[in-house]
Order: sequence, then structure tokens, then C-alpha cells
Amino acid sequence: MKRMTIAEALREGIRGEMRRDKRVFCIGEDIAIPGGWGGAFTVTLGLEQEFKERMINSPISESGLFGAALGAAMMGMIPLADVQYGDFLFCAMDQVANQIAKMRYMSGGRLTVPLVMRAPVGATGRGAQHGQSLEPFFLPLQGIKILVPATAYDALGLFRSAVRDGNPVLIFEHKLLYGSKGARAETGAIDASSEIPDEDYTVPIGKAVVRRTGKDATIIATLLMMHRSLQAAELLAQEGIEAEVIDPRSLVPFDEETVRASVGKTGRAVIVEESPKRGGIGAEIAAMLAESAAESLLAPIKRVAAPNIPVPFAPPMENFYVPSVERIVTAVRDVCAYGT
Amino acid sequence: MKPNDYPKKFLLDLYRTMVLIRQFEERVKFLFLEGVMPGTIHQYQGEEACATGVCAALEPDDVVTTTHRPHGHCLAKGLSTGEMMAELFGRTTGCCKGKGGSMHMGNLSKGVVPAIAIVGGNVPVATGVALAFKMKREPRVAVSFMGDGATNEGAFHEAVNMGSTWKLPIVYVIENNLYGASTPVGMVTNTATLAERAAAYGIPGERIDGNDVLAVYEAAKKAVARARSGGGPTLLELITYRITGHSRRDPALYQPEEERKQAKENEPIGRFRKVLLAGTLATEEELETITADVNREIEESVMAAMAAPEPAPEDALEDVFAENNS
Repeated sequence: MKRMTIAEALREGIRGEMRRDKRVFCIGEDIAIPGGWGGAFTVTLGLEQEFKERMINSPISESGLFGAALGAAMMGMIPLADVQYGDFLFCAMDQVANQIAKMRYMSGGRLTVPLVMRAPVGATGRGAQHGQSLEPFFLPLQGIKILVPATAYDALGLFRSAVRDGNPVLIFEHKLLYGSKGARAETGAIDASSEIPDEDYTVPIGKAVVRRTGKDATIIATLLMMHRSLQAAELLAQEGIEAEVIDPRSLVPFDEETVRASVGKTGRAVIVEESPKRGGIGAEIAAMLAESAAESLLAPIKRVAAPNIPVPFAPPMENFYVPSVERIVTAVRDVCAYGT
Repeated sequence: MKPNDYPKKFLLDLYRTMVLIRQFEERVKFLFLEGVMPGTIHQYQGEEACATGVCAALEPDDVVTTTHRPHGHCLAKGLSTGEMMAELFGRTTGCCKGKGGSMHMGNLSKGVVPAIAIVGGNVPVATGVALAFKMKREPRVAVSFMGDGATNEGAFHEAVNMGSTWKLPIVYVIENNLYGASTPVGMVTNTATLAERAAAYGIPGERIDGNDVLAVYEAAKKAVARARSGGGPTLLELITYRITGHSRRDPALYQPEEERKQAKENEPIGRFRKVLLAGTLATEEELETITADVNREIEESVMAAMAAPEPAPEDALEDVFAENNS
């Protein structure tokens, strides 16, 4: 048992998988440079000392590096491909959306594509092109699993599952949750560290977790929003409202059962997301609940999301953009005004 | 080398592969225009020497990636007419069980990654195939086939730079048929050749007569040997001409009359036929027999494909993800 941040847990995960399986290798930007950063957020720091030949530092060529990862995956390797900032995935979008996601399907199931992609998300004082939460862009892609770990325990357990899954898996990691240290530390970071067991545990893909139980309302949130939702739930408890907080952990596949069961119990749903409301994850979850759990709803479904604007830079505007604890509290209060 | 220096069987195999591609494409075009075959098609008539010459320089476990115009590469690398025709008809017996069709034709067990129909999209993928060969220390080579249009895609430049920087066992093969769909290459590219783009990445680039199957073979052999021995990539520009439309019913009115006339005289099968007959390497009769054999094989593939079962509609739901194989 050892306390680790998400960055440390992922580093241990990569080290462990590379030791366990010779097919696993890293390909990414600014990795494996002695004296460098270990990727933008220190996840791969120092791994080049043990795995010199399996740490491939890519040119700044996102299309090239994700395409190369796909080619290597089809030939029996297990690439771990990452970008400095999730926003750069758009540069790789042809490879990700047209090739990686669909290669197995187009081959009639004859090919497998064991490939893990990692991308940092979240608004962190970097403005419109280094701070987006990109999950909604990838949700409609058929053929890629999408994970959103909010704690170090889940980051490591889900990462191991991703490497061993045998399919393309995209992991979104939040910059404020990494716990990166030194020059790469983030202002406003939140402690998402966990006690990490010594054994080789995994967290199953597609299984949500109930972070806090409550009878009055269900909050569904991932990554940073999950942590803010837990804070909101504590404040709400002081006024006698008991909110249940569900962390889906995996967006594709999505654990509808756990969410439905909770909403069936509380009758109220609030979905919190860091990206703009239009076309967001919340829309998808709300539609699922409207289709399959409407009879248990005592109140309209509420979404707490960013406004439909790019991520702004100036701190007052960024704070306005990212859903706050207060906005979550208000939304839960609102739904709790119904049906009582 | 002169034609007479090659073994006769080798020369006749080259001829057979080119005729197989031509006859396959002509039969497919007919079936398509008849309305029997679904979908769309991008065909390879006139470019047969490119796939044939390059693939003749490869080993069975070498791997190629191909484009929206993949039939020639697939046949030259060893896919059967049966699995291809069935795929074109969307049957369960096709090489991709009817989930790929013309534009995603391939079979990795025969060294063809299912075709990537986004222009330039296969170039990084082939580079990754070569990266895996190098990391696993396997003496295998990757080939990325692309058209002239692909060389203006960012993916091409990213990938060739990677291949060169990492000294990967790969050959980048541009089939320059002078048109990107209907756009003349000179209208969208300001270098005299495409081969000279190799200089930007520090690798050799060579322009070859892509309708001369032996010239293509020799250039490919050299490039493949260089790749296999750790020398890194080569960029080959094969000058050829598409003597059919870009796709479907395209009448190719953008190709000037005179240019088309010359292209037909310069098409690779007729040229190679003259070489074989002039060198008394084959008789008219031998060549006719090859064509007849090929036609019979293709006809059998059509019959088999039309008799093969169509997929059930709900088969569409399968093959998105692999079962967990941990």
C-alpha cells in the first residue's frame, strides 16, 4: 500500500505493463527526453531509463503518431499513444475517427487493434486551445472505448484494463487531478491521490461507482466535476439534502444500470459536465434517463455545464465557465423542490 | 538487366498478374454498370505494372497498405479473386465479410491491411507497421501505396519524416497517374517531380516509368533491399495513367483526347506483351492461354460470389469491438 497521485499511479501502471508484456510501448510527444518533462504532465517521467527502446519520442505530428500507433497495433504491438494536450487530438482526428475506430469493423472482425490513447483535458488558465474537455467529440465514434478516471486508484486500475482490453481505448485525464509536481505542478490542483494496493488489481471498464450515497437526488459527474459534486454534496448535507454521487468512470461503454438504479431510488437527476451544454455528455445521459427511467423521475432532469462558448482565458471568466460547487448546489436544491 | 536475363516463369508470372488485374477490373466494371454489383468502385486499369512490379519484389510476409483504389494491390499481393469478388458483392464469404467493400479491401494474413480510403491516411499506418517490424527485429518490409494526390496531405509529410528519422523498413510508393480525381497534378503541386520531395526528408527519391513492369520491379527490389537491410525508406514515384474513370461512371472528360490515345498505346500490358514476343520469351499462344485461364478464374469467382449468402441485416452489429482478450 502506497499513496500515489494520478500521475504517479499512471507511471507505475505504464512501468508495470511494460515489464509484464514486451509488446507494450510508449509513443508520444516530449517523452523519454533525459532532463525533460515526461510528457506535459510528468506521467512518463524517467521511464526511458528502464525502457530505452520502447519509449518512442514522436515528432510533433499527431496524425503521424496516431497512424503509426495503429499500424504497430495491427502488427501485434500494444502502443500507448499520448498527446501533450487533448486539444491536439483534433490534429490526429482522421487517424482516430476514420482509421483507429473502424479498422476492426472494416476488416469484418479479422483484425484487432490493442491501442491505448491518453489525453489531458480541462480548463486550467490556458485558454481556448489548451483547455477543452473533449469527451463529447469522441462519444459518437463507434469502436473506441472512453475512460475518465477521477482518482489515482481508478486511473491505475482502468489503465491496466485498457492495456489488456485488446481494443482502442481513449483515456481522458484531468490536468487539475494529476498531482504533477515541480515545474509541472498545476495551480488550483485538487488532491485525487489514493492508497494504491501492492497487488495487480484492475478496475473493470464500463462499471460506474457510487462515490457517496444519498436518498434525495443523484448527481452524475466525472473527473474534476466529480470532485466538485462531492464537495457540493457535503454542503447540501448541511441543509438536510442527501445527494448520491455517481462517477461513471467509463463513458463508453456506459453503466446505465447503476445510474438508473440510483435515479430510481432518488427520483431526481443532476448531470454535471465541464464542457459546453450543447451536444454534451449530459444530453446523452439525460436522453437515456428520459427514455428508460422517466417513470421514476419526480423532477425535471438538470444539467450543470459550461456555457456554449470557447474556454476563456482571464481567471474571472474561466471560473464563470467551469461549473462551480455553488452551481451544483443550486441545481440540486432546484430539483429537490419538486415532488416533496 | 535485359528481359532475356530473367527466368521465363518470373516474366510470365508478371504478365499473368497484370492480366489478372486488368480482366478482374473489366469484369467488375461490367458487373457494376449492369447494376448487379452494389456500391462504388475506383479502378486500376492502366496502372497494373505498379502493383505487379512492386509486389514481385516483396516476400509473402511483407505488408502493404493501400488506398481507395485497392484492387490491383490486393491481387498482386496474393488475395484471391474469390474473396475479393465476394467482398465486392457484399457477401459473407468476402475478405471482410461484406463489412469493407471495394474501398476497404484487404486481408492481413496475405499482407494487405484493409484499404484506407482517406487520401494519405494509409501512409502513417504503414509507417507504424514498419515501426513494429523494427521494434520486433523482424526482417520484414512495409510498403505504402498512394496516389499523387496523397503527397499533398499533411499525413504524408508527417509519416515520411517519421520513417526517415527512425530509419524504418518501408518503401513509400507514389502511383502518379497525373490526376487527383479530375485535377491535373501540376495544377496543385509546384515541384517538377514528386520524387524530389524525398530530399526534404533526407531519403532517396526516384522517378520511374510506372508502365514498365521490369523497371518498377528493379526499382522496388533495390528499395526493398535497402529497407530490409536497415538502410531506411525510399520514395518511389511511378508515372502511370488511369485508362478508366476515377470512380463509378466517370467518363474522364478532363483527360485530353490526344493524351488518352497516347496512354492507350503506352499501357503496361500491351508494352510488356511486345517485350515478351520480341524477345521470343513467349509465344502468342502462351499469352492467350494465360488470358483464358485468368478469365475462367474470374468467371468462377463471379459465380461463387453470386451464389454466396448475403449477411443477415443484424450481422452489422458484430465486429465493432474484440472480446476482452486479456
